Amino acid sequence: MRKFVDLHLCALIDDLEHVERMVDLSARLGYRIVGIPLPPNVSQEVIRQIEKICNNARVEFAKRLDLMPRTSNELLNDLGRLRRKFEIVSVACISKSVARQAAKDRRVDLLSPCLTFPCKRFFDYAEAELASKKSAAFEIDMASILSSTGFPRIRLLSSLRKEIAIARKFDMPVTISSGASDENFLRSPQDYAALASLFDLPVSYALQALSDNPLSIVERNKGKLSPCYIAPGMRVVEK
Amino acid sequence: MHLIKRRYLLVQIAGSGIVDERAFMDAVWNAVLKLFGEYGASQTNLILMRHKLKPNYAILRCSHKALDIVKASLASVTQMNGKPVALRVLGVSGTLKGLRRQLPETRL
Repeated sequence: MRKFVDLHLCALIDDLEHVERMVDLSARLGYRIVGIPLPPNVSQEVIRQIEKICNNARVEFAKRLDLMPRTSNELLNDLGRLRRKFEIVSVACISKSVARQAAKDRRVDLLSPCLTFPCKRFFDYAEAELASKKSAAFEIDMASILSSTGFPRIRLLSSLRKEIAIARKFDMPVTISSGASDENFLRSPQDYAALASLFDLPVSYALQALSDNPLSIVERNKGKLSPCYIAPGMRVVEK
Repeated sequence: MHLIKRRYLLVQIAGSGIVDERAFMDAVWNAVLKLFGEYGASQTNLILMRHKLKPNYAILRCSHKALDIVKASLASVTQMNGKPVALRVLGVSGTLKGLRRQLPETRL
């Protein structure tokens, strides 16, 4: 049985009731792991409270960090400072230099295209080739499709169709996340897989993008953050 | 004889107050038309079978070839009568009896 993962559940962490509602709904819709974006300076108390909410809903919690650097140097600084504190690191590619740096850095898990400005989408063949050699996956937030209408949605679907074709050509993993900050934008994994047909993603591939691909990222990073991890290929098996 | 294959979908209408039949179908047809146009909509053979089984549940029937079109359209509905809403497909079956078997707790 597939284990569905939503790596981008945008719950308001200041409002724990909202977090609880979103996590409960995710659990009812069939998700087993949720990634909630947290600010870089989040307190351990907030993390403990969110973990408790997730445990009550029988959902695993993954700490996620959304980075939006303006330059590649800023990205490198942020990664050096914050990578070890979070299980998922996503980079919003708002400039070409940032997009290229993010694609070739193995500390980046998810490449998020800029959703607000279509002219600022930098995912192309070169980027996909760089990312496919590292571990980064291409992330699609479905809330952006649900919330847009008319011409912006047409443009978004067209861009996604091209980007998905490029990612598949280079065997780059694709992940589908809800990106929902409201319960009305949350859908079940099967509904998202049906919606993915709008940008020519086959249902089997879409289900993989909702389960296996994000799950492998979470498991890999949880392994790296465990105290037994030493370096790639080296871990403590017995003390 | 050519057998027409159909699919029955159990849909939950979440997030709004009690929605009437007409508003629901208007929202569904608008979503199909927006995403797939008149040609796509003509392939769906979409019909509302039952409404208000329980508050805010409905059963739709569509052509089995157009199931993906209907599921994508239902998932894309975010508003009904200007109020935020989410349509969630709880189950799909080839027969009403099968739908009942899949989801006994909904008491069709």
